[in-house]
Amino acid sequence: MAENVTPRVRVPRDATAGEVITIKTLISHPMESGQRKDGDGNVIPRSIINRFTCTFNGEVVIDVTLEPAISTNPYFEFEAVVPESGTFAFTWYDDDGDVYTDTKEIAVS
Amino acid sequence: MYMKTLIKSGVAVIALLAAGPVAADEDADLIINDEIEITVRAEAPAHVDGLRTIYSGWVFRADETQALQMDDFENPAMLFADEAREKWTRVEGSAEKSCADCHGEPESLADARGTYPKWNDQAQEVRTLAMQVNGCRTEQMGAEAWKYDSAELLNMEALLSSVARGNPVNVAIDGPVAATFELGKEIYYSRFGQLDLSCANCHEENYGNNIRADHLSQGQINGFPTYRLKNARLNGAQTRFRGCIRDTRAETYAVGSEEFIALELYVASRGNGLSVEGPSVRN
Repeated sequence: MAENVTPRVRVPRDATAGEVITIKTLISHPMESGQRKDGDGNVIPRSIINRFTCTFNGEVVIDVTLEPAISTNPYFEFEAVVPESGTFAFTWYDDDGDVYTDTKEIAVS
Repeated sequence: MYMKTLIKSGVAVIALLAAGPVAADEDADLIINDEIEITVRAEAPAHVDGLRTIYSGWVFRADETQALQMDDFENPAMLFADEAREKWTRVEGSAEKSCADCHGEPESLADARGTYPKWNDQAQEVRTLAMQVNGCRTEQMGAEAWKYDSAELLNMEALLSSVARGNPVNVAIDGPVAATFELGKEIYYSRFGQLDLSCANCHEENYGNNIRADHLSQGQINGFPTYRLKNARLNGAQTRFRGCIRDTRAETYAVGSEEFIALELYVASRGNGLSVEGPSVRN
Protein backbone atom coordinates (compact mmCIF):
# COMPACT_ATOMS: atom_id res chain seq x y z
CA MET A 1 0.00 0.00 0.00
CA ALA A 2 1.46 3.27 -1.07
CA GLU A 3 1.14 5.93 1.59
CA ASN A 4 0.26 9.60 1.35
CA VAL A 5 -1.01 9.40 -2.19
CA THR A 6 -2.55 12.75 -3.03
CA PRO A 7 -3.73 13.59 -6.52
CA ARG A 8 -3.60 17.20 -7.66
CA VAL A 9 -5.17 18.62 -10.80
CA ARG A 10 -5.19 22.04 -12.38
CA VAL A 11 -7.89 22.85 -14.91
CA PRO A 12 -8.95 26.39 -15.87
CA ARG A 13 -12.29 27.35 -14.23
CA ASP A 14 -13.74 28.68 -17.46
CA ALA A 15 -13.07 28.69 -21.18
CA THR A 16 -14.71 29.60 -24.46
CA ALA A 17 -16.32 26.87 -26.57
CA GLY A 18 -13.77 25.03 -28.71
CA GLU A 19 -10.83 26.50 -26.79
CA VAL A 20 -7.73 24.37 -26.29
CA ILE A 21 -6.96 24.28 -22.60
CA THR A 22 -3.93 22.96 -20.75
CA ILE A 23 -4.48 20.44 -18.00
CA LYS A 24 -1.83 19.58 -15.43
CA THR A 25 -1.94 16.65 -13.05
CA LEU A 26 0.41 15.52 -10.34
CA ILE A 27 0.14 12.62 -7.96
CA SER A 28 2.47 11.84 -5.08
CA HIS A 29 3.55 8.23 -5.39
CA PRO A 30 6.87 6.44 -4.80
CA MET A 31 6.70 4.53 -8.12
CA GLU A 32 8.87 1.73 -6.78
CA SER A 33 10.22 0.02 -9.89
CA GLY A 34 10.68 -3.52 -8.57
CA GLN A 35 14.29 -3.42 -9.74
CA ARG A 36 15.81 -2.12 -6.54
CA LYS A 37 17.06 -4.04 -3.53
CA ASP A 38 16.94 -3.04 0.11
CA GLY A 39 19.88 -3.05 2.53
CA ASP A 40 19.62 -6.79 3.05
CA GLY A 41 19.66 -7.61 -0.64
CA ASN A 42 15.96 -8.41 -0.92
CA VAL A 43 14.09 -7.11 -3.92
CA ILE A 44 11.73 -4.26 -3.05
CA PRO A 45 8.45 -5.28 -4.66
CA ARG A 46 7.15 -3.24 -7.54
CA SER A 47 4.53 -0.67 -6.57
CA ILE A 48 3.61 1.80 -9.26
CA ILE A 49 0.63 3.55 -10.73
CA ASN A 50 0.10 1.58 -13.92
CA ARG A 51 -2.67 3.53 -15.62
CA PHE A 52 -3.94 7.09 -15.74
CA THR A 53 -7.08 8.24 -17.50
CA CYS A 54 -8.89 11.50 -18.02
CA THR A 55 -12.44 11.75 -19.29
CA PHE A 56 -14.64 14.72 -20.14
CA ASN A 57 -18.38 14.16 -19.67
CA GLY A 58 -17.69 10.44 -20.04
CA GLU A 59 -15.62 10.77 -23.22
CA VAL A 60 -12.00 9.64 -23.05
CA VAL A 61 -9.49 12.49 -23.30
CA ILE A 62 -6.36 10.53 -22.53
CA ASP A 63 -5.59 6.99 -21.37
CA VAL A 64 -2.01 6.31 -20.37
CA THR A 65 -0.13 3.14 -19.50
CA LEU A 66 2.63 3.82 -17.00
CA GLU A 67 5.74 1.67 -16.85
CA PRO A 68 8.20 1.09 -14.00
CA ALA A 69 10.81 3.46 -15.42
CA ILE A 70 8.60 6.46 -14.73
CA SER A 71 9.97 8.36 -11.78
CA THR A 72 8.36 9.20 -8.48
CA ASN A 73 5.40 11.64 -8.32
CA PRO A 74 4.25 11.29 -11.95
CA TYR A 75 3.29 14.58 -13.59
CA PHE A 76 1.19 14.86 -16.73
CA GLU A 77 0.48 17.92 -18.78
CA PHE A 78 -1.77 17.70 -21.80
CA GLU A 79 -4.24 19.72 -23.84
CA ALA A 80 -7.92 19.22 -24.49
CA VAL A 81 -10.58 20.94 -26.57
CA VAL A 82 -13.65 21.84 -24.54
CA PRO A 83 -16.86 22.07 -26.58
CA GLU A 84 -19.21 22.64 -23.63
CA SER A 85 -19.44 22.99 -19.89
CA GLY A 86 -18.81 19.80 -18.03
CA THR A 87 -16.67 17.71 -15.76
CA PHE A 88 -13.19 16.37 -16.18
CA ALA A 89 -12.73 13.12 -14.26
CA PHE A 90 -9.22 11.89 -13.50
CA THR A 91 -8.38 8.35 -12.39
CA TRP A 92 -5.11 6.78 -11.33
CA TYR A 93 -4.84 2.98 -10.96
CA ASP A 94 -2.35 1.62 -8.42
CA ASP A 95 -0.65 -1.78 -8.66
CA ASP A 96 -2.16 -2.67 -5.29
CA GLY A 97 -5.69 -2.19 -6.64
CA ASP A 98 -6.26 1.25 -5.16
CA VAL A 99 -7.92 3.78 -7.40
CA TYR A 100 -7.44 7.51 -6.83
CA THR A 101 -9.86 9.94 -8.40
CA ASP A 102 -10.39 13.66 -8.75
CA THR A 103 -12.86 15.75 -10.72
CA LYS A 104 -12.86 19.35 -11.98
CA GLU A 105 -15.74 21.37 -13.33
CA ILE A 106 -15.25 23.77 -16.21
CA ALA A 107 -17.72 26.42 -17.33
CA VAL A 108 -17.75 27.09 -21.06
CA SER A 109 -19.23 30.31 -22.37
CA MET B 1 20.96 32.53 -20.23
CA TYR B 2 22.20 36.07 -19.78
CA MET B 3 23.18 35.58 -16.14
CA LYS B 4 25.56 32.77 -16.89
CA THR B 5 27.58 34.74 -19.39
CA LEU B 6 27.54 37.68 -17.02
CA ILE B 7 29.28 35.88 -14.25
CA LYS B 8 32.09 34.58 -16.38
CA SER B 9 33.56 37.93 -17.19
CA GLY B 10 33.69 41.10 -15.18
CA VAL B 11 34.34 43.07 -18.35
CA ALA B 12 31.21 41.71 -19.94
CA VAL B 13 29.24 42.76 -16.87
CA ILE B 14 30.17 46.39 -17.36
CA ALA B 15 29.65 46.30 -21.11
CA LEU B 16 26.23 44.68 -20.88
CA LEU B 17 24.97 46.85 -18.07
CA ALA B 18 26.06 49.95 -19.96
CA ALA B 19 24.13 48.78 -22.99
CA GLY B 20 20.90 49.07 -21.01
CA PRO B 21 18.39 47.34 -23.25
CA VAL B 22 20.46 44.15 -23.21
CA ALA B 23 20.45 44.05 -19.42
CA ALA B 24 16.73 44.77 -19.37
CA ASP B 25 16.29 41.77 -21.63
CA GLU B 26 17.33 39.52 -18.80
CA ASP B 27 14.30 37.46 -17.79
CA ALA B 28 15.88 35.58 -14.93
CA ASP B 29 13.80 37.16 -12.20
CA LEU B 30 12.01 34.78 -9.94
CA ILE B 31 8.35 35.41 -9.27
CA ILE B 32 6.54 32.45 -7.77
CA ASN B 33 2.88 31.90 -8.67
CA ASP B 34 2.91 35.33 -10.39
CA GLU B 35 2.75 36.69 -6.87
CA ILE B 36 5.75 36.21 -4.60
CA GLU B 37 8.72 38.27 -5.73
CA ILE B 38 12.02 36.66 -4.82
CA THR B 39 15.26 38.61 -4.54
CA VAL B 40 17.74 36.41 -6.38
CA ARG B 41 20.59 38.92 -6.55
CA ALA B 42 21.65 41.51 -4.02
CA GLU B 43 24.63 43.45 -2.80
CA ALA B 44 26.87 41.22 -0.69
CA PRO B 45 26.63 41.75 3.07
CA ALA B 46 29.48 43.80 4.57
CA HIS B 47 30.97 40.82 6.37
CA VAL B 48 31.55 38.91 3.12
CA ASP B 49 34.85 40.11 1.70
CA GLY B 50 35.10 37.83 -1.31
CA LEU B 51 31.87 38.74 -3.10
CA ARG B 52 30.41 41.94 -4.43
CA THR B 53 27.03 40.54 -5.43
CA ILE B 54 25.28 37.55 -3.99
CA TYR B 55 23.18 35.31 -6.22
CA SER B 56 20.63 32.69 -5.34
CA GLY B 57 21.47 29.24 -6.67
CA TRP B 58 18.33 29.57 -8.77
CA VAL B 59 20.05 31.86 -11.32
CA PHE B 60 22.67 29.19 -12.05
CA ARG B 61 20.18 26.52 -13.02
CA ALA B 62 18.92 25.58 -16.46
CA ASP B 63 15.78 27.30 -17.74
CA GLU B 64 13.64 24.20 -17.28
CA THR B 65 14.76 23.73 -13.69
CA GLN B 66 14.11 27.40 -12.99
CA ALA B 67 10.62 27.09 -14.41
CA LEU B 68 9.73 24.30 -12.03
CA GLN B 69 10.11 26.66 -9.12
CA MET B 70 7.96 29.44 -10.56
CA ASP B 71 4.70 27.61 -9.99
CA ASP B 72 3.84 25.70 -6.83
CA PHE B 73 1.89 23.16 -8.82
CA GLU B 74 5.01 22.20 -10.74
CA ASN B 75 7.38 22.45 -7.79
CA PRO B 76 7.69 18.85 -6.57
CA ALA B 77 8.97 20.09 -3.21
CA MET B 78 5.54 21.48 -2.40
CA LEU B 79 4.25 17.91 -2.08
CA PHE B 80 6.50 17.55 0.93
CA ALA B 81 5.48 20.88 2.41
CA ASP B 82 1.87 19.75 2.09
CA GLU B 83 2.68 16.54 3.97
CA ALA B 84 4.01 18.66 6.81
CA ARG B 85 0.90 20.83 6.71
CA GLU B 86 -1.15 17.73 7.44
CA LYS B 87 1.09 16.91 10.39
CA TRP B 88 0.86 20.49 11.62
CA THR B 89 -2.48 19.82 13.31
CA ARG B 90 -1.65 16.29 14.47
CA VAL B 91 -1.52 15.92 18.26
CA GLU B 92 1.65 14.18 19.42
CA GLY B 93 3.56 13.56 22.63
CA SER B 94 2.77 13.55 26.33
CA ALA B 95 1.54 17.16 26.35
CA GLU B 96 -1.11 16.21 23.78
CA LYS B 97 -0.41 19.24 21.66
CA SER B 98 0.03 19.86 17.97
CA CYS B 99 2.05 22.59 16.27
CA ALA B 100 -1.23 24.40 15.65
CA ASP B 101 -2.11 24.60 19.36
CA CYS B 102 0.69 27.10 20.00
CA HIS B 103 1.30 28.60 16.56
CA GLY B 104 -2.10 28.63 14.84
CA GLU B 105 -1.48 28.58 11.13
CA PRO B 106 2.01 27.90 9.73
CA GLU B 107 1.79 31.34 8.11
CA SER B 108 2.13 32.91 11.57
CA LEU B 109 5.77 31.77 11.53
CA ALA B 110 6.60 33.50 8.25
CA ASP B 111 9.33 35.51 9.94
CA ALA B 112 11.16 32.48 11.33
CA ARG B 113 12.96 30.86 8.42
CA GLY B 114 14.99 33.89 7.38
CA THR B 115 16.49 34.49 10.81
CA TYR B 116 17.74 30.97 11.56
CA PRO B 117 20.22 29.71 12.69
CA LYS B 118 20.01 31.97 15.71
CA TRP B 119 20.71 32.18 19.41
CA ASN B 120 18.22 30.61 21.78
CA ASP B 121 18.38 32.35 25.14
CA GLN B 122 16.63 29.65 27.13
CA ALA B 123 18.77 26.82 25.82
CA GLN B 124 21.93 28.96 25.70
CA GLU B 125 22.85 27.60 22.30
CA VAL B 126 22.74 28.41 18.61
CA ARG B 127 19.79 26.67 17.03
CA THR B 128 19.11 25.89 13.42
CA LEU B 129 15.50 25.81 12.30
CA ALA B 130 15.63 22.02 12.49
CA MET B 131 16.84 22.17 16.09
CA GLN B 132 14.11 24.64 16.97
CA VAL B 133 11.43 22.36 15.52
CA ASN B 134 12.86 19.55 17.59
CA GLY B 135 13.07 21.87 20.58
CA CYS B 136 9.33 22.45 20.23
CA ARG B 137 8.72 18.74 19.94
CA THR B 138 10.70 17.70 22.99
CA GLU B 139 10.14 20.70 25.28
CA GLN B 140 6.59 21.77 24.42
CA MET B 141 4.93 18.66 23.03
CA GLY B 142 6.73 15.95 24.98
CA ALA B 143 7.23 14.16 21.68
CA GLU B 144 10.34 12.49 20.36
CA ALA B 145 12.80 14.55 18.37
CA TRP B 146 13.00 13.84 14.65
CA LYS B 147 16.33 12.68 13.32
CA TYR B 148 18.39 15.48 11.79
CA ASP B 149 17.65 15.87 8.06
CA SER B 150 15.10 13.04 8.24
CA ALA B 151 12.12 13.21 5.91
CA GLU B 152 9.70 14.42 8.62
CA LEU B 153 12.00 17.19 9.73
CA LEU B 154 12.81 18.32 6.21
CA ASN B 155 9.11 18.35 5.34
CA MET B 156 8.43 20.63 8.31
CA GLU B 157 11.34 22.89 7.34
CA ALA B 158 9.96 22.97 3.81
CA LEU B 159 6.59 24.09 5.15
CA LEU B 160 8.12 26.80 7.35
CA SER B 161 10.24 27.88 4.42
CA SER B 162 7.34 27.94 1.97
CA VAL B 163 5.34 30.36 4.14
CA ALA B 164 8.42 32.59 4.46
CA ARG B 165 9.15 32.92 0.76
CA GLY B 166 9.89 36.47 -0.25
CA ASN B 167 10.97 37.50 3.23
CA PRO B 168 14.61 38.49 3.50
CA VAL B 169 17.32 36.26 4.92
CA ASN B 170 18.56 38.17 7.93
CA VAL B 171 20.80 36.05 10.10
CA ALA B 172 22.43 37.81 13.07
CA ILE B 173 26.19 37.35 13.25
CA ASP B 174 27.13 39.31 16.37
CA GLY B 175 26.40 39.12 20.08
CA PRO B 176 26.06 35.61 21.48
CA VAL B 177 26.53 33.94 18.09
CA ALA B 178 29.84 35.69 17.32
CA ALA B 179 31.96 32.68 18.31
CA THR B 180 29.81 30.33 16.22
CA PHE B 181 30.05 32.72 13.29
CA GLU B 182 33.86 32.77 13.53
CA LEU B 183 34.01 28.97 13.69
CA GLY B 184 31.79 28.71 10.63
CA LYS B 185 33.90 31.24 8.77
CA GLU B 186 37.06 29.33 9.64
CA ILE B 187 35.57 26.11 8.28
CA TYR B 188 34.39 27.90 5.14
CA TYR B 189 37.90 29.03 4.30
CA SER B 190 39.69 25.83 5.42
CA ARG B 191 40.88 23.43 2.76
CA PHE B 192 39.65 19.87 3.17
CA GLY B 193 40.49 16.46 1.81
CA GLN B 194 42.83 15.01 -0.75
CA LEU B 195 41.65 17.56 -3.29
CA ASP B 196 42.61 20.30 -0.83
CA LEU B 197 39.55 22.44 -1.47
CA SER B 198 37.76 24.94 0.74
CA CYS B 199 34.16 26.01 0.29
CA ALA B 200 35.50 29.34 -0.95
CA ASN B 201 37.63 27.76 -3.69
CA CYS B 202 34.52 26.71 -5.56
CA HIS B 203 31.70 28.90 -4.33
CA GLU B 204 33.49 32.22 -3.92
CA GLU B 205 36.33 32.12 -6.44
CA ASN B 206 34.75 29.99 -9.15
CA TYR B 207 31.00 30.38 -9.07
CA GLY B 208 29.60 30.54 -12.58
CA ASN B 209 32.34 28.20 -13.84
CA ASN B 210 31.85 24.52 -14.43
CA ILE B 211 33.36 21.86 -12.24
CA ARG B 212 33.18 19.06 -14.75
CA ALA B 213 29.46 18.99 -15.61
CA ASP B 214 28.32 21.01 -12.61
CA HIS B 215 27.62 24.69 -12.91
CA LEU B 216 28.96 26.11 -9.67
CA SER B 217 26.72 28.38 -7.66
CA GLN B 218 27.70 30.55 -4.74
CA GLY B 219 26.49 27.83 -2.42
CA GLN B 220 23.75 30.02 -0.93
CA ILE B 221 21.33 28.13 1.29
CA ASN B 222 18.35 30.48 1.11
CA GLY B 223 16.60 27.84 -1.02
CA PHE B 224 16.91 24.95 1.43
CA PRO B 225 15.42 22.47 1.94
CA THR B 226 15.95 21.75 -1.71
CA TYR B 227 14.26 19.25 -3.97
CA ARG B 228 16.98 17.75 -6.12
CA LEU B 229 16.04 16.26 -9.45
CA LYS B 230 18.87 13.75 -9.07
CA ASN B 231 17.37 12.06 -6.00
CA ALA B 232 13.73 13.21 -6.20
CA ARG B 233 13.47 14.22 -2.55
CA LEU B 234 14.15 17.05 -0.15
CA ASN B 235 17.75 17.66 0.86
CA GLY B 236 18.92 19.56 3.93
CA ALA B 237 21.70 22.13 3.93
CA GLN B 238 23.90 20.11 6.26
CA THR B 239 23.50 16.96 4.17
CA ARG B 240 24.66 19.09 1.25
CA PHE B 241 27.66 20.32 3.27
CA ARG B 242 28.55 16.72 3.97
CA GLY B 243 28.27 15.89 0.27
CA CYS B 244 30.57 18.78 -0.65
CA ILE B 245 33.22 17.87 1.90
CA ARG B 246 32.98 14.21 0.92
CA ASP B 247 33.59 15.24 -2.68
CA THR B 248 36.90 16.77 -1.64
CA ARG B 249 37.75 13.25 -0.43
CA ALA B 250 37.80 14.23 3.21
CA GLU B 251 36.34 12.73 6.34
CA THR B 252 33.31 14.89 6.96
CA TYR B 253 31.67 16.28 10.05
CA ALA B 254 28.40 14.71 11.08
CA VAL B 255 25.05 16.25 10.18
CA GLY B 256 23.87 18.06 13.30
CA SER B 257 27.40 18.51 14.66
CA GLU B 258 28.64 21.70 16.26
CA GLU B 259 30.86 22.36 13.24
CA PHE B 260 28.04 22.06 10.72
CA ILE B 261 25.73 24.20 12.85
CA ALA B 262 28.43 26.87 12.79
CA LEU B 263 28.92 26.43 9.05
CA GLU B 264 25.18 26.66 8.46
CA LEU B 265 25.02 29.90 10.41
CA TYR B 266 27.96 31.34 8.50
CA VAL B 267 26.76 30.25 5.07
CA ALA B 268 23.22 31.43 5.81
CA SER B 269 24.60 34.85 6.82
CA ARG B 270 26.41 35.10 3.47
CA GLY B 271 22.93 35.19 1.96
CA ASN B 272 21.68 38.11 4.07
CA GLY B 273 19.71 40.25 1.63
CA LEU B 274 18.44 37.44 -0.59
CA SER B 275 14.90 36.15 -0.13
CA VAL B 276 13.93 32.94 1.55
CA GLU B 277 13.25 30.76 -1.44
CA GLY B 278 12.83 27.23 -0.15
CA PRO B 279 11.67 24.70 -0.85
CA SER B 280 13.59 25.22 -4.06
CA VAL B 281 14.26 22.97 -7.04
CA ARG B 282 17.82 22.23 -8.12
CA ASN B 283 19.54 19.62 -10.22
